[in-house]
Amino acid sequence: MKNKDSFGHVRGTSIFVDDVATKQGTLHAVVFDASVAHGKITKVDYSKAELLNDVIKIITYKDIPGINQIGGILPDEPLFAENEVHFNGQPIALIVAKTLAAAKKAKHLINISFKELPVITTAKEAYDKGHFINAARTFNLGDTSKNFKNCTHVFEGKTFSNGQEHLYLETQGAYAYPLENGTIKILSSTQGPTAVQKIAAQVLGVSMHTIEVEVNRLGGGFGGKEDQATPWAVMAALAAQLLHKPVKLILERHDDLRMTGKRHPYESYYKIGLDKDLKIKAFEVKFLQNSGAAADLSPAIAERTLFHATNSYFIPNVKTTVHSCKTNLPPNTAFRGFGGPQGMFVIEAAIANAANKLNIAAHSIQEANLLQENDSFSYGQIAKQVNIGKTWKQVKSAYNFEEKVKEVKNFNNENTLFKKGISLMPITFGISFTNTMMNHARALVHVYQDGSVGVSTGAVEMGQGVNTKMLQVAAMCFGIDPSKVKIETTNTTRVANTSPTAASATADLNGKAVQMACNSIKERLLKVASKQLNSLAKNLTLKDGFVFEGNEQSPISWQKIVQAAFVQRVNLSENAHYATPKIHFDKSIEKGHPFAYHVYGTALTEVTLDCLRGTYEIDAVNIVHDFGKSMNKDIDLGQIEGGLVQGIGWMTMEEISYAKNGRLESSTLSTYKVPDIFSVPKKINTIALETNGSDLAILKSKAVGEPPLMYGIGTYFALENAIKAFNSNYKMKFHAPMTPEKALMGLYS
Amino acid sequence: MIEFILNDNIIKTSKKTGVTLLQFIRENQSLKGTKSGCKEGDCGACTVLIGSLHKDNSIKYKSVTSCLTPLANIQNKHVVTVEGINLENTLTVCQKAMQDFNGTQCGFCTPGFVMSLTAYSLEKDTQMTSVENLGGNICRCTGYKSIEKAALSVEDLLQNNAGNMDWLVANNFVPHYFKTIAKKLSKLNTNTLANNNYVGGGSDIYVRHADTLAEQNVQSIAALTTNAITFSENECTLGGSTTVNDLLYNIDFQNYFPKLKKHLKLVSSAQIRNMGSIAGNFVNASPIGDMSIFFLALNAQLSIASEKGTERKIALKDFFLDYKKYDLQPTELIQEITFNLPPEKHLFNFEKVSKRTHLDIASVNTAISLNMIDQHTIKQAHVAIGGVAAIPKYLHKTSNFLKNKKITTTMLLEAQAILQTEITPISDVRGTKQYKRRLAQNLFYAHFIELFSNQLNISKLIGNEK
Repeated sequence: MKNKDSFGHVRGTSIFVDDVATKQGTLHAVVFDASVAHGKITKVDYSKAELLNDVIKIITYKDIPGINQIGGILPDEPLFAENEVHFNGQPIALIVAKTLAAAKKAKHLINISFKELPVITTAKEAYDKGHFINAARTFNLGDTSKNFKNCTHVFEGKTFSNGQEHLYLETQGAYAYPLENGTIKILSSTQGPTAVQKIAAQVLGVSMHTIEVEVNRLGGGFGGKEDQATPWAVMAALAAQLLHKPVKLILERHDDLRMTGKRHPYESYYKIGLDKDLKIKAFEVKFLQNSGAAADLSPAIAERTLFHATNSYFIPNVKTTVHSCKTNLPPNTAFRGFGGPQGMFVIEAAIANAANKLNIAAHSIQEANLLQENDSFSYGQIAKQVNIGKTWKQVKSAYNFEEKVKEVKNFNNENTLFKKGISLMPITFGISFTNTMMNHARALVHVYQDGSVGVSTGAVEMGQGVNTKMLQVAAMCFGIDPSKVKIETTNTTRVANTSPTAASATADLNGKAVQMACNSIKERLLKVASKQLNSLAKNLTLKDGFVFEGNEQSPISWQKIVQAAFVQRVNLSENAHYATPKIHFDKSIEKGHPFAYHVYGTALTEVTLDCLRGTYEIDAVNIVHDFGKSMNKDIDLGQIEGGLVQGIGWMTMEEISYAKNGRLESSTLSTYKVPDIFSVPKKINTIALETNGSDLAILKSKAVGEPPLMYGIGTYFALENAIKAFNSNYKMKFHAPMTPEKALMGLYS
Repeated sequence: MIEFILNDNIIKTSKKTGVTLLQFIRENQSLKGTKSGCKEGDCGACTVLIGSLHKDNSIKYKSVTSCLTPLANIQNKHVVTVEGINLENTLTVCQKAMQDFNGTQCGFCTPGFVMSLTAYSLEKDTQMTSVENLGGNICRCTGYKSIEKAALSVEDLLQNNAGNMDWLVANNFVPHYFKTIAKKLSKLNTNTLANNNYVGGGSDIYVRHADTLAEQNVQSIAALTTNAITFSENECTLGGSTTVNDLLYNIDFQNYFPKLKKHLKLVSSAQIRNMGSIAGNFVNASPIGDMSIFFLALNAQLSIASEKGTERKIALKDFFLDYKKYDLQPTELIQEITFNLPPEKHLFNFEKVSKRTHLDIASVNTAISLNMIDQHTIKQAHVAIGGVAAIPKYLHKTSNFLKNKKITTTMLLEAQAILQTEITPISDVRGTKQYKRRLAQNLFYAHFIELFSNQLNISKLIGNEK
């Protein structure tokens, strides 16, 4: 089934926050932000700006009726800076005016001065100075120090992976307006409607029931709107509350780039030990996470780095530590993979480095250590239904790996100006929020008396197709045509206390809730039918728009049974609650069973490097992926390709650059480049691994949002191999992204 | 008062003519299908079509980014937004292809892609493939493979009927009303706007100054200069409004520069090539202006006209004075660009390296033009290079050195050493100075490897001898 929204999307009739028809008297807001990365505000004068025609009010922390605090995990982030600023782009005030033009103009009339304080932009500097968000976390398995001594080969090294801008095509934004009795309704482009509701209530000094948050759809999120959609929504709500007027706040792209956090840069130090059979016996990493100026989601992201620090390998002795380092950058935040990719990059670098030193191919080390059934992860979970070996084997056979290795070798022998490189990238990604309490969801299903169906869940549609999947679940349960089902907006008054749409788990959690709600209604309908048909309810099903008795279609249509139930005063609505069973995690010992299941896959990447220009093309990425039993191949394949290309972007051209003073240098789309249609792999092939799926996945269809991003890491290593093929003196840097600059300098180093 | 047709409606507006088309469409007309993604022409979410009436009464459509297009530039044109192609209750061929091949996920970039694909369908003389025509549209969700398939299917379905309006209407590419537009356009009031505040294509100035310009009345530079490309016996002359795509689509120009498509494909995107004028690239005076480098290597001359009606000529290589400083008074404009037509034994090459190969600003770009005595010996050379000095740099010494030289590996090593003395790169967001020096070296060699590969010892040239 195609994405249910595609008809509106291609016609331009789908509605995003900025497209909502505005109410009369709507005011427009612009954020006034810090122009230095760290400093004391010595003077700020709004008088000239306030006098400008059409400017209504400039809102600062002083106007906040509740508390000036938006921190989600830790209360360490004010909505508006008070006396100090901690990153360039930190909001200080909100300018509200009758027109957007006036608000923008007023921004230039604000007179502010700072006493500048020392600026820290790198994790290492913060680490050295002892600036942390919270206490470090360590996962331990076995005994690394004892086992390093028994290793035949031990290698140490350092890696760096840079941040990544989300570049959702729709910038952050919200539209808030007062309803009666102090209620504020917020239309927000957020992945976390409940977070917006909760924080807005806190800042506005009201109860949560006073705030209604509604999300229609997002023009991309990728994690960037999990926590960081909140401030703009809260600011709009605050202005609406103070001024009793509708207020719209849509960030301009340049403001969005400057003010919002990104994927965390990581600087990491590893030590890897192998025995003579290339088995990895011990592995240690110290991860320095560049968290930015406030916690945001950094502690949770740091945790997931530890969960994925051994990627797809079984290592009996592991010690991994992560430090969330406090710097003067915008608070870095969730981004597809949520710390997992940063963890995987390090183990892959460690393996590549070891292979290089031993003068063997990295894939021989990778293959020797792939996770097996019943192996233990460093966090205590026992690996079950392990499919990594199957995907690895199938990639090698289906895409003729051995031949490819020879081809590349021959090509490199025959060509001076072009070199090819290949790599294999296995991925193992855990599905569930690692914070166990977040793994629950609700759905509210109404069957209307004419047989049409409305479904509300806590899931937010941001392009990943979750609404289409919800629709499929409902249509399948009721045995009706999907056109009879409507997926409603995500609204906190219909489905409350939701977890954000994140962690790849949204379709599982909300889908299971939809399934439960539909099944309850179905049960009641079949009971009505059983009386009419004089048959046992357990022998009846709903299929093809009719009640079926065994395999026999009865004369009772869906519409008829719904109407009959309505007349008999049977409840045609249901609210269901689902909480993932079996999962748990004890942070005091850092052990447990945090994931419902794992997703597996392997990618074979082939690149060609232009050794004169340092530019490159990705010839092919060939994947075998464990979808479980995909419930929607159109959508799931789109997630694979989109995730992969985003991962490739992170590993190749997407280069975040901050000046030493904390100013973002890659602050426009002309300086921050994401993949375009020319730069994607010439071929992406995806084979679905035949498996039984997981019972904890919706309809046995495994989560697919985040895992494929990590296939992109393979591109980095394929490029390193291509450079090495040209320049045998080249020392691999493990410093991502591999921009054309780094490639060229490596070729001639 | 500006008059134009927006989809099927005649618009007469007294809005400031400096207001962007994007703002007008979304805020004034409440047509929300056109999205605002970056306001710097780099994402394509705001792509619309602009149709101009030609002498043969046909309308030529091209894609532009509406975020950088002032209302002044659409006077008497047909502007088409995604709403303007929608058919009743069914999808156009381009829309259907995007749906069938799963080319849309979050949907925010989708109208822009649909419009670029529609532009491809409407352009008779396009030099790009359907996929290449999407180079100015960014999608962050799909990874593009699905969009690529959609584009290829559109190309197939067109069966060489691109630009054939009757066929396109009959086959659900565009609605029926498109056939009535030519007549309507010809009836619009053609008053020119009286003011002296000129803008070119807008593709540069609107990136930074859209808010200020929105409060002003501006006038299209097309009122003062043409986009005509004319050839005399030994000269080629481009009118001051000539856009990059005007060059690319010109068949005579293509004859003189057989690799023109390959070279100009590296210059921005379809939308921006449709808007940005070559003269505008000169007066932007960016040290890495692609067209500046291209025309420096052609040793182009500029005809500069002043308000008073006087005209002077200056060589492009003397036009650039210092960083963003150039020899042009506020009362002057570039009327024409002229260069000597390449003789028979002429070779030309353009190289550009940027972080992303397409729609990106160069780290270093360079062009070379060689008149040859025979296939081994240079008669005269012009080499230009960008990104390594305060101005787009004409390499006087290197060009001089190459004069009357036989192409050999040793000679090129010497020439390259001279090149390095002429450049002064600095480290910035586009690369470190060391990188730019290395690029300058390698791209200089790349010219000769492209043109004379069999006459050179490449391993020796690039210092990679085993």
